[in-house]
Amino acid sequence: MATARATAALAATSLAERPEHPVVGRAVSHESAELHVTGAALYTDDLLPRMPGALHAWPLQSPHAHARISALRTEAALAVPGVVRVLTAADVPGVNDAGVRQDEPLFPAEAAFHGHAVCWVLGESLEAARLGAAAVEVDYEPLPSVLTLAEAIAAEQFQGAQPIVTRGDAAAGLARAAHRCSGEFEFGGQEHFTLETHAAIAQVDEAGQVLVHSSTQHPSETQEIVAHVLGLRSHEVTVQCLRMGGGFGGKEWQPHGLAAVAALGAVLTGRPVRMRLNRTQDITMTGKRHPFHASWEVGFDEDGRLQGLRATLTSDGGWCLDLSEPVLQRALCHVDNAYFIPDVELRGRIARTNKTSQTAFRGFGGPQGMLVMEDILGRCAPLLGIDPTELRRRNLYAPGQRTPYGQLVRHAERLPAVIDEVAARADLDARRADIAGFNATHPHRKRGIALTPVKFGISFNHTAFNQAGALVHVYKDGSVLINHGGTEMGQGLHTKMRQVAATALGVPLGLVRLAPTRTDKVPNTSATAASTGADLNGGAVKDACEQIRARLAVVAAERLEVGADAVRFSGGSVTAAGGEGEAAGTTLAWQEVVQAAYLQRVQLSAAGYYRTEGLHWDPVRMQGDPFKYFAYGAAVSEVEVDGFTGASTFLRTDIVHDVGDSLSPLVDLGQIEGGFVQGAGWLTLEELRWDTSDGEGRGRLLTQAASTYKLPSFSELPRELHVHLLERAAEDGAVYGSKAVGEPPLMLAFSIREALRQAVAAFGPAGHAVELASPATPEAVFWAVEAARQASGS
Amino acid sequence: MGSIEITVDGDPRAAGAIGPHTSLLDWLREQGRTSAKEGCAEGECGACAVLVARPDGAGATRWTAVNACLPPALAFDGQEIVTAEGLGTAPTPGAAAELHPVQREMAERGGSQCGYCTPGFVCAMAAEYYRPDRAAEERAAHGECGPNGFDLHALSGNLCRCTGYRPIRDAAYALGAPAADDALAHRSMQAPPPPRPTSVRDERGTFLRPADLAELTALLGETPEALLLAGATDAGVERNLRHTRPPLVLAIDRLEELRGLHVTETAIEIGAALTLSEIEHTLAGRVPMLDALIPQFASRLIRNAATLGGNLGTGSPIGDSPPALLALEATLLLVSATGEREVPLAEYFTGYRQSVRAPGEVIKAVRIPLPLAPLTAFHKIAKRRFDDISSVAVAFALTLEGGRVTTARIGLGGVAATPIRALATERALEGREWNEETARSAAAVLRGEGTPLDDHRASARYRSAMLEQSLLRLHTEAVI
Ligand SMILES: Cc1cc2nc3c(=O)[nH]c(=O)nc-3n(C[C@H](O)[C@H](O)[C@H](O)COP(=O)(O)OP(=O)(O)OC[C@H]3O[C@@H](n4cnc5c(N)ncnc54)[C@H](O)[C@@H]3O)c2cc1C
Ligand code: FES
Ligand code: FES
Repeated sequence: MATARATAALAATSLAERPEHPVVGRAVSHESAELHVTGAALYTDDLLPRMPGALHAWPLQSPHAHARISALRTEAALAVPGVVRVLTAADVPGVNDAGVRQDEPLFPAEAAFHGHAVCWVLGESLEAARLGAAAVEVDYEPLPSVLTLAEAIAAEQFQGAQPIVTRGDAAAGLARAAHRCSGEFEFGGQEHFTLETHAAIAQVDEAGQVLVHSSTQHPSETQEIVAHVLGLRSHEVTVQCLRMGGGFGGKEWQPHGLAAVAALGAVLTGRPVRMRLNRTQDITMTGKRHPFHASWEVGFDEDGRLQGLRATLTSDGGWCLDLSEPVLQRALCHVDNAYFIPDVELRGRIARTNKTSQTAFRGFGGPQGMLVMEDILGRCAPLLGIDPTELRRRNLYAPGQRTPYGQLVRHAERLPAVIDEVAARADLDARRADIAGFNATHPHRKRGIALTPVKFGISFNHTAFNQAGALVHVYKDGSVLINHGGTEMGQGLHTKMRQVAATALGVPLGLVRLAPTRTDKVPNTSATAASTGADLNGGAVKDACEQIRARLAVVAAERLEVGADAVRFSGGSVTAAGGEGEAAGTTLAWQEVVQAAYLQRVQLSAAGYYRTEGLHWDPVRMQGDPFKYFAYGAAVSEVEVDGFTGASTFLRTDIVHDVGDSLSPLVDLGQIEGGFVQGAGWLTLEELRWDTSDGEGRGRLLTQAASTYKLPSFSELPRELHVHLLERAAEDGAVYGSKAVGEPPLMLAFSIREALRQAVAAFGPAGHAVELASPATPEAVFWAVEAARQASGS
Repeated sequence: MGSIEITVDGDPRAAGAIGPHTSLLDWLREQGRTSAKEGCAEGECGACAVLVARPDGAGATRWTAVNACLPPALAFDGQEIVTAEGLGTAPTPGAAAELHPVQREMAERGGSQCGYCTPGFVCAMAAEYYRPDRAAEERAAHGECGPNGFDLHALSGNLCRCTGYRPIRDAAYALGAPAADDALAHRSMQAPPPPRPTSVRDERGTFLRPADLAELTALLGETPEALLLAGATDAGVERNLRHTRPPLVLAIDRLEELRGLHVTETAIEIGAALTLSEIEHTLAGRVPMLDALIPQFASRLIRNAATLGGNLGTGSPIGDSPPALLALEATLLLVSATGEREVPLAEYFTGYRQSVRAPGEVIKAVRIPLPLAPLTAFHKIAKRRFDDISSVAVAFALTLEGGRVTTARIGLGGVAATPIRALATERALEGREWNEETARSAAAVLRGEGTPLDDHRASARYRSAMLEQSLLRLHTEAVI
């Protein structure tokens, strides 16, 4: 009887529906905000002074882009005072591989890029380890190297699958088009530059259990790799991530090998080993956003409607496969962005080059795919004689239309809705006129304004990853501790999970505490990535809480003398909904019900589980419904370009973004603004330059420090930035009606790039089509301005 | 060895056995004070920022934010440091957090996401919060200033990868004035700790802070290869990134003889060990060229430590002060155990990071002759507007009479192995009418000056184009 009632109470709540007075939806600060501002929040490397006797690890990095290692002698290193051990391939008891595909040796026999770690030195101090590394003698036999995308394409040096997305007949689409254009576009990658570099500290306990503190977005995979390197089973390795000082995808795959180095050192020496990359090591050793090359041919009808698109996208994968295949899939699945293209053929391939192994980065290929399309529209609009905003509007998906990979674009009507709203909020039409006036009277400075939309698919393309677990404990005093498989990197996941738990249990937020992510609490987790952290873990936390709540409802029901399905939990009180007689006025305190449950031997903890329903994906045919839903947004940006230098100023940006019903508005606002500025950095400032000469330094990353690789600073924050969350936007397929927010806003920054294009065009004659490099640095913009000036003969 | 002691967040801590090559940041972290973080170890990100009690020039203390990753800890012997941990306290079991106003604004407005940059932002923001002339100041000319007088440039040396900065700007602009009982405001009314001679020798090297100039020049006479250490904004980068470990370090940043600023009828003399921030306050607009230059030089955090002596001592071809000082026809006062001499800056640099400065000599001051040319400008071309190194820097100092250019002095950085004067362009301007045609033809000459290179900052072609454009811009923008 009791069980039946509990099940009824459980079934009554849907995934998306919110109870009355929910704690989700409140604008609360980051759950660690007070720890952040006082400096009390601990990151992995902050554990070092709390771990006496730890050894320090320092990598020896290859000075060649590609070379066979014919000998490696460690005697001189071991003679350096304070050097304890040199870790080499011979020390690996398990599998010498930092990935899962056997293409990523942890201690390589062949250096595959400039900066590749060939061995690691452990020292009593970092200084000793560094001096030890300098004393290791390595004989390198240099091999030919491939560095640029052009070189790789010419040499046909590719790796992994070469997927194709097709619909209809691209050739026929192009043939019937009234206007055809074609072009090429090569654009740069992006360094994650998480302010906290990669770090891990490993120790072995008296029973031989290996504990690795790692700054990782994917503790379960870090655990797997550490275990296989050590030749252990997963249950012998625990990985914990306190919090990360930024992730952005950079800590989805890359931490594994580094954690394995620390763990190997700890196992071999019996002492804690600390591995922390300094900035130079971090930037020269670990992967980045993939640079891409695209060649394309596009056709439009008389009215500017897309008819056909044929494109080949080649990503620069670096030296090993890493996450390049799923990144490429997502890129191909986002070339369409918000636009319906009837006949399409999109080919993808991954170049293998002698560079760092490019990897996940916020958007995971989506931004690259979309950039190709937005660049096409930006370049073609003047050739078609159509205003670029109008061209974009005309091509938006309509309800009922499907993407090239066959998925229905659900809620397509939100695209014109966000566009109309952002245009109105930005006062776009009036400001266009103002800008024309400004430009007519300012020969050396020009302004531009542009609107670009975003449609971004949410879920891991790989269906199996779309599952999550959680472990929730309610203690006898009523306090709640939640564990879930997601990691906190600043995106506010833990804040949202506390809100979800407080909502599901009907308790005040202050009663819910969150424990650091650990693989021995929640096993077999997916990476906190693809913006899915809140959807997946929120579903699992909610499930666990609802199991407990259902059990408590039975206990409370007896006291309230109502059926369990009439028991309501809210704000720490337990009441009967629509109760009659005595029960109507009775309010039980949460603690009281918890106590009673304990005494009645009712279980107060639960493991929750969630998997996203309705997904399927065929990675061979590149067809299916890989995404649960799409997140939509649009931005209007205005910029000013200085004709003397090409430097630009971001004057104002307005954003309308669809986060469903926000779980935590302050957190979501932060994700939107932060993603936007990070996207603007990628598109206008952040430049990875490698030495591609044939000289000594071939393959060396030239922008390998904060002094040469410039991140956005206050100077890149638009003077005015207005963000508005789309209203009445509940998503019925996600936890409490919310939508994922981590990645999509990055692509709102296309509005900056397209506004720059407009401003540059204003230096030239009407109808001048502007080609703009990416990143559009001051120098790149200056040359575009010069081209525009030349076109008007001035 | 005397006892070395640094006061951190009110607690004096012994800092004996650390050698001259441990940064303040590493020392703090080894002490378990881990709020200050390492984000770059080269002064670029500000994650390591802390507050130091520094003289305000009027006998009291100015809380000054600096990068802890660059200077050696030993440079702070006898000094007072405040970190984010000292500004407020985190919640502990049973006790709520006690947040500093800066911390409260940051926490409540979403100023932290991952939180890694946050302690550094908090310290940089606190320094500006306590700046005595903040509230009284009119909105800064650059317009990047809050209604509370908060100068956003105070945060130009702090990077955040997460927030996009808007909430941090809002937090900064929402700050009020320090309360009457504010401990740090109170502390700032008294004098800062005076510098004290420091001497530490161990197997890692020797760190000495001489008591006066005579002691310095004597030491330098004996060991001319010693590293003179001023603000450590170049030397700290050398140590952290290129791992230089000079056996003898001589700290000169607090030597009174190097910290004067004197104005006479014929010259302004600026002590080599004054920080750029101090020069900016003290000159208060007297030299418009420097007024244009200093806000574009690095970040506030760096300017709070960096000196002119260091900028010239480094002798980088992309240093920002040499082009400006060349155009101002500055001279350098060099002093050694055997005497003092004055060298025109135009004759100072002899090759890539080479100069006529003899072993044993120290730059004592920079002398700028008066009167100043009436038309000056400093154009810095860089990728990022806040805190970036110049691809090209151009400094103009022109005198016009009756519409003609009577004298033209142009200094260039970033286009040769040393900072240079644009002599051909100067000749192309002098004696000519100051009009568009002159500007255009001289700009074409300027384009050909120097021998710029291609590198990761810019192409040679762009550098040359920027020279040309800069003269066109001067003509367009100059108000005569
Ligand atoms: C993040 C960052 C940004 C920067 N941005 C800029 C910029 O925009 N523009 C720019 O020009 N520079 C920039 N720099 C470089 C640096 O800040 C300047 O060169 C600064 O002026 C150096 O001064 P310092 O006092 O810190 O020198 P230190 O590092 O202490 O010394 C530098 C060198 O000069 C020598 N030296 C110091 N004082 C004297 C003296 N009195 N006599 C003789 N030799 C002396 C030292 O021995 C040493 O070799 C930047 C540096 C950093 C870290
Ligand atoms: S660590 Fe980046 S400025 Fe010091
Ligand atoms: S909050 Fe993450 S770097 Fe600023």
